Amino acid sequence: MDGQKDTLEVSVWRGTSSGGDFERYEVPAEENQTILDVVSWIQHYADATLTYRFACRVGMCGSCAMMVNGRPRWTCRTHVRKVLQGRRVEIAPLRNLPVIKDLAADMDVFFDKWVAAGGAHAPTAGRNDPIPPVDPQDSTRVTASAGIECINCAICYAACDTVTGNADYLGPAALQRAWTLFNDSKHDRRAGILDAVSGSGGCHNCHSMGSCTVFCPNDLDPMSAIAGLKRETSRRFWRKGG
Amino acid sequence: MLDLRLYMLQRISALVMAPLTLGHIAVMIYAVQGGLSAEEILGRTQGSAFWFLFYGSFVLAVSVHAAIGLRVIVHETFGLRGVRLTSVTWGIGLLLLSLGAQALVAVTWPGAV
Repeated sequence: MDGQKDTLEVSVWRGTSSGGDFERYEVPAEENQTILDVVSWIQHYADATLTYRFACRVGMCGSCAMMVNGRPRWTCRTHVRKVLQGRRVEIAPLRNLPVIKDLAADMDVFFDKWVAAGGAHAPTAGRNDPIPPVDPQDSTRVTASAGIECINCAICYAACDTVTGNADYLGPAALQRAWTLFNDSKHDRRAGILDAVSGSGGCHNCHSMGSCTVFCPNDLDPMSAIAGLKRETSRRFWRKGG
Repeated sequence: MLDLRLYMLQRISALVMAPLTLGHIAVMIYAVQGGLSAEEILGRTQGSAFWFLFYGSFVLAVSVHAAIGLRVIVHETFGLRGVRLTSVTWGIGLLLLSLGAQALVAVTWPGAV
């Protein structure tokens, strides 16, 4: 550094679903800096009216996801130097969701679909029953465990082009949750899941383009989970005759 | 816009089409290499129950498969839904079926053309 601090040229979306535009800010560049740090700097020092959402800052809560240079990312774990284009970076609210204000997307539809896909856990036993043992090596449990670390950040939902074209499509996160519960021996409504994902917005709309798996910040594989649901619903179709 | 029933219909129609397409290509190569004229080919296909069923199944499978595939594209590209989307799906299916049936009759019906 030569005394004069380098700056970043940051374009931030300001507005709502009904309209808005990008505004440019000059933000001091730091050696170690995340996109969330940049957004926070703007809110603290340039424009206190900037709206955004975050909580844990360590990649666990899934609340700070945004579009960074057109790609969905968890901003608290995205280093500026990895995404910088020259001195520039563009930050926008998550794609495929309505915008409440600025960088805060409305997550209602995302979580509604999560429930519609049968994602709410229904236990097989009550609190007074003995705890049924779970074998972590069991192949069904391994399949369930593969998607258990989903933090509901909606990055896969924002990355999915099928969601863009088909607003009724349940989306990768909800379907991966459904696949996880379908393979969970402690879930009581496993058959109901196959019904929930077989409707007109269900898993059969997936084109297997794989953006969900490419962009998942936790390295999960929703595309394979959806393929699993397609396989199981097809099997049931042949068994039951439709 | 693709429920389990439509998804399965599209997969089953694809399963039907795959061997028939390979059979059609094989017959074309055989016919061309053998130097058969159009008249000689029609002489073998017209009045043949086998070729009627062969190409009849193909026309039926194509009509179902393409109508469902185009339904998805029309919905995702133009946002069509409900009755309008159902009408487009049936319209495409019936159009392909009628065009295919015309060709089927011309090639396999005894004394056609």
